[in-house]
Amino acid sequence: MIKQFLASSYDWLDARFNLTPLIEFMQHKKVPVHRHSVWYYMGGVTLFLFMVQVFTGILLLLYYQPGTDSAFESVRFIMTKVQFGWLFRSIHSWSANLMIFFIFVHMFSTFFTQAFKKPRELTWISGFALLMLAFGFGFSGYLLPWNELAFFATKVGTDITGALPLIGDMIKTVLRGGEEVTGGTLLRFYAFHVAIIPATFTIVLGIHLLFVQRQGMHEPDYMENLPQEKKKMISFFPNFLLRDALLWLIVLNILLFLAVFFPWEIGQKADTFSSAPQGIRPEWYFMFMFQSLKLLPAHILSIEGEVVGVLFFVVVAIIWLLVPFWELKSPRTKGMRPMTLIGLVGIIFILVMTIIGYLN
Amino acid sequence: MKSAHKVSTHTSLSLMIMAIFLMTKMMPAQDHPDLPEGDQCIKCHMEQENMPEDFSDFDTHLQKNLSCAGCHGGDASKEDMDEAMNPKKGFIGVPAKKDIPRLCGKCHSNIDFMRSYQPRISTDQVDQYYTSIHGQKLKQGDKKVADCTSCHTGHSILSAKDARSSVYALNVPGTCKKCHSDAAYMKEYNIKTNQYEEYAKSIHGIALLQDLDTSVPACNDCHGNHGAIPPGVKSISHVCGICHSNNMQYFSASTMGKIFAEEGLHACEECHGHHLIKKTNDDMIGIGENSVCLNCHSQDDEGAKIAEEIHADLHTTVATYDSAQKVQKRVQQIGMDDVEIGYLLQDSHQSLIQARTLVHTFNPEEVDKKTGESLKNSEAALSLADQLIKDYNVRRKGFSIATIFITILVIALFFKIREIDKKEKIKQS
Repeated sequence: MIKQFLASSYDWLDARFNLTPLIEFMQHKKVPVHRHSVWYYMGGVTLFLFMVQVFTGILLLLYYQPGTDSAFESVRFIMTKVQFGWLFRSIHSWSANLMIFFIFVHMFSTFFTQAFKKPRELTWISGFALLMLAFGFGFSGYLLPWNELAFFATKVGTDITGALPLIGDMIKTVLRGGEEVTGGTLLRFYAFHVAIIPATFTIVLGIHLLFVQRQGMHEPDYMENLPQEKKKMISFFPNFLLRDALLWLIVLNILLFLAVFFPWEIGQKADTFSSAPQGIRPEWYFMFMFQSLKLLPAHILSIEGEVVGVLFFVVVAIIWLLVPFWELKSPRTKGMRPMTLIGLVGIIFILVMTIIGYLN
Repeated sequence: MKSAHKVSTHTSLSLMIMAIFLMTKMMPAQDHPDLPEGDQCIKCHMEQENMPEDFSDFDTHLQKNLSCAGCHGGDASKEDMDEAMNPKKGFIGVPAKKDIPRLCGKCHSNIDFMRSYQPRISTDQVDQYYTSIHGQKLKQGDKKVADCTSCHTGHSILSAKDARSSVYALNVPGTCKKCHSDAAYMKEYNIKTNQYEEYAKSIHGIALLQDLDTSVPACNDCHGNHGAIPPGVKSISHVCGICHSNNMQYFSASTMGKIFAEEGLHACEECHGHHLIKKTNDDMIGIGENSVCLNCHSQDDEGAKIAEEIHADLHTTVATYDSAQKVQKRVQQIGMDDVEIGYLLQDSHQSLIQARTLVHTFNPEEVDKKTGESLKNSEAALSLADQLIKDYNVRRKGFSIATIFITILVIALFFKIREIDKKEKIKQS
């Protein structure tokens, strides 16, 4: 009965939209299977979390009111009075953090499996742009509840951008919408968070996915040299997509668990006239940069330590962005590719700095 | 070449030593850059290292260019000692103790003169001083009592608002203690010398000396700065009412207050003491071990019954408030919103404070009005907390249902994938 109904519905749609070639395309699309295939799913999980963000974000948008007199109050209202508001706000916050985490996992797995190589240079660059936009999402969203921690973290964060030579002050003023972090900054961050960044993110994400679709999944070196019949493959539809769905459901369950048992705190309302409380720190994904800047001496070769630190991270980001164009191809040392070593050093640096940051 | 180098090294070394020597000789002037220039008294006394023991260049008079001659007389512009310290030019040397208040009063009692420094400064210190025991005894020729310099020092005088001053709020108890805790020095006056010791243990003393809260009273706030007791106050016990105005007002209007007045009893001190005022607690009223009511009342008289009634009322209110506070913590721990509970408990606490103040009416009905309000708010907080904890449990149950549903889906999907894989394998083979 149900099968009959589904089949007739499909026929109805197929007659109008010619779906069969699309399904055939997906069925013919193959995904390689090997010992590193698990990393293929990380991008999918990130995509799922982005969809969760869009869905919960739209729901929050129905009640959130930007403004120094209303932002904190409206978030409190969402958490306490709106039916399931507490759930959607907590999922939104947890999902945001998990999304950034999976972007990192996806990025480093791409790096270590060398999937950025020709012909996927632009896929890597679009992915890097998505990481930056995700940072933008995180940074702008952090301020929206207008609580003490977010207010001072934004103050410190925008101050750091101000340390950039020549353009730093201009960027700081643009971000803050003036000299100081005020209600104007909140309104601006709101616009970034719900309009500018989502629109840009969606376009770049579309391009990123288009590239992946056109070029297919990257195969490891040893597999590329195998004859076609010896390569182990599964169909994208339904085999790969169902596996994706399986993982998404598990992630959804984790999200629900976190939201129910560890609801996201509201904190204290920001008081712009009070002095900064102790323990001001940025979101965990900015911690390694924040801590590195803190550890730098006041002056390095007569240049301000903070300026040197910010410039260092800008240079590293550019080098990272251009990875596909400067890849080191020297032979393995102790069984390790030089690029793998660079990646590991990067991860260890991020981990150590983050841990020191939290221990302090 | 080598010896020339040696000579030049020696010469440089000698020059450096000479420079350091000269700089050391110049040190006093550099040490005291704010001292008035051309004041021969200071110059000469410094060179001879004959400065008063308590001298410091941050002295407020010195900072306003009122140097030695301002009090000691003489001519500070003369280098010659005889000319500078000529009695004909008003030189008085070290003033006699009995003359010190009048000497300070020359300026400090002159409103026109003092206004040029501080427009709203008071100029009645000397008059007040002579109304005090210190002043009266000084007049009688007592050479041990405190004069102006005993508290303000002679040569390190600073505004009472300056933390370095001997009369800054935090330093006042220490300043009074110098004489009043010295048993040998105070022997002839036949008064206790444990005031500082007691005060330091009191709620006021702990707040001032340990918590550095300058808003609490030090010795001078009750005993007066210069006069014996602040003007317009009949007895020291009335001073409590300056800060604890409601308590004083309720007490004075109460039956108890009238009886105290008739019997000539000290209002606050009878129950709270004076120097050793401990933090009050609800057990001070009633007929328990720590009750102060039983100092006068017997266990079964009418007064004791009223006291016990008030005590029981407060006890129930506090117990309900405490349990509501505990539940609020639980609500916070489970991540629920405790703001409403916080507001209710804030109101409850406010009423409790008012009820405790109303204890001074010794009227159980008055106390009950406020304890009733406190109880009502605490109970509302308890019931709200109960509701929030129930909501939290509903959420957890809801999550469990959702988890079961999603887990079933995950398992179903897993088997579906296996089934598809198997079919494909069969197809391929």
